[in-house]
Amino acid sequence: MFEKILIANRGEIAIRVIRACKELGIPTVAICSEIDRDALHVLFADERVVVGPADNALSYRNILNIVSAASVTGADAIHPGYGFLAENPRFAEICESCGITFIGPRHTTIAQMGDKATAKSLMAAAGVPVIPGSEGLLPEDDEPVAAIGAKVGFPLIVKASAGGGGRGMRVVQEEGQLLDSVHAARKEAAAAFGNDGVYLERYFPDSRHVEVQVIADQHGNVVHLGERDCSVQRRNQKLIEESPSPAVNKALRARMTQSALAAARSVDYQNAGTVEFLLAPDGHFYFIEMNTRIQVEHPVTEMVTGLDLIKEQIRIAAGEKLSFAQKDVRFRGHAIECRVNAEDPESFLPSPGIISWYHPPGGPSVRVDSAAYTNYAVPPQYDSMVAKVIVHGDTRDEAIARMARALEEMVVDGIRTTVPLYLEILADDVFCKGDYSTRYLEEFLARKRARSEERPKGRGGRRRKSPGGAGAKAE
Amino acid sequence: MELKDIKELISFLEKTAFAEVEVREGEVRVRVVRPQPQAAAPAPPAPAAPAAAVGPQAETRAPGYDVRIPPAPEPGRVIASPIVGTFYRAAAPDKPPYVEVGGTVKKGQVVCIVEAMKLMNEIESEFEGRIVAVLVDDGEPVEFGQALMRIEP
Repeated sequence: MFEKILIANRGEIAIRVIRACKELGIPTVAICSEIDRDALHVLFADERVVVGPADNALSYRNILNIVSAASVTGADAIHPGYGFLAENPRFAEICESCGITFIGPRHTTIAQMGDKATAKSLMAAAGVPVIPGSEGLLPEDDEPVAAIGAKVGFPLIVKASAGGGGRGMRVVQEEGQLLDSVHAARKEAAAAFGNDGVYLERYFPDSRHVEVQVIADQHGNVVHLGERDCSVQRRNQKLIEESPSPAVNKALRARMTQSALAAARSVDYQNAGTVEFLLAPDGHFYFIEMNTRIQVEHPVTEMVTGLDLIKEQIRIAAGEKLSFAQKDVRFRGHAIECRVNAEDPESFLPSPGIISWYHPPGGPSVRVDSAAYTNYAVPPQYDSMVAKVIVHGDTRDEAIARMARALEEMVVDGIRTTVPLYLEILADDVFCKGDYSTRYLEEFLARKRARSEERPKGRGGRRRKSPGGAGAKAE
Repeated sequence: MELKDIKELISFLEKTAFAEVEVREGEVRVRVVRPQPQAAAPAPPAPAAPAAAVGPQAETRAPGYDVRIPPAPEPGRVIASPIVGTFYRAAAPDKPPYVEVGGTVKKGQVVCIVEAMKLMNEIESEFEGRIVAVLVDDGEPVEFGQALMRIEP
């Protein structure tokens, strides 16, 4: 087992890893930027090394300083958390070549899955369903485009290969519009990204984002830990996750988890990972990508399986065999996670600042993963997540009621957070029915706007009957 | 008691570690009190949860988290480490240190080495001046921004 682990991250995930290390009796080293000296993860760890200024490129992503920090403190393993360097194959490779174990998959796997085109073709070869697409960039010629479009199927999206973050995309409903859309998309791409390369992909407007957690040791044992539904998103950022997915029945679960295992086996995957699928309304699912790291929403899976994924990651990296087989994994009840962000719940504008009073919720089956505390100054330089609140219930209804109860108890004074938004979502019929797609949040916000516009101006509009019965009097 | 006596008393107090001294001569009583250093800046607020854990952890905690009474402002400027690594005063164990306390350095002159992952990084002085203090021991690990030497320009 490792002598000492350095956590190459900050915030709640750094604390999460430190907690697992403490329970395993492994000393910890926290790294931080100059402005994070008073951060909770630094206070929790046994040692600290300041690795750079606030700018995360120079600190939390500073490979040289981080590896050097491990070297001077004698850490023989690094856990990268998520984000930052967690999926940087060069970082993983450098660690290994310096004799430091990178707690995660091999760097070759990270590189393979990091390249979308490579990942897709590997998956297709492994028999994992992939999103029908043009298989590479569209030729400059107009002539073959129609045939390629027909093969992909409609509706489809024209995507700029140099684009990203939702930019450089055009939806095409039917064949007749295809050529014009391709021309327009090329022009936009050339102007915006300096590269007019485009490709086609089938478009599934009312799909869900359902991912499967997998975990594998270095001895060829691979196990799936069920799925998580992460369809409640805003601009591709997940807000609420749950397990099991309300849209997945036993048969579909069997197919999806088998595909996820096939995906993992095809690249001889090691350590924890997640296979993301797009689940179409007709029950077909397609590989989107594989995340070769522990994810933000891993507690959802921990709550329904009772497993500690971070400890498993550490054990696997230390060469141990998985302590359980697929048949030993039990799924119980329902878990939901809400990401509490330091943002205005209506405008989503960031709300950094000092938390004047922090009080997390508690009670049965309520878990809070957070680096916040009273008088903590949420820095504007890093992501806006303040806390993850995760609840477990025997049923989905109980989990929803429990989450609402927990969020009502939660105090995060001094800054704005997305808690009020979640309370509204948890009371929303559509969410409660579980029948939502990745467009849910947009629709919910539109409904909300429409409702507030309908409301008559003035004082609520309720009329009270006067005691004398002489007719209603307007207030 | 005359002014010069009081001045001597003050000068006497300054040479000792005493905080105050009182002298009586007949009906005259003079008390001289040395002002205490500024109270410590409030500690980083202790989060509710780890309060209990702070105790047993304290002795293994790395320097830097400790609540320090800020020393009286020191003269000069600080040469800080731009990287994480191990501090060395000389280019090699058998070579003399780059600089000594009291020595003068020019801007851009190499004052020490910080070794990171077997790479020897020569640290140059940003300032011209006299080395007033070397703040780290030879072979000690240093973090980003850690003060290595003090220079009086």
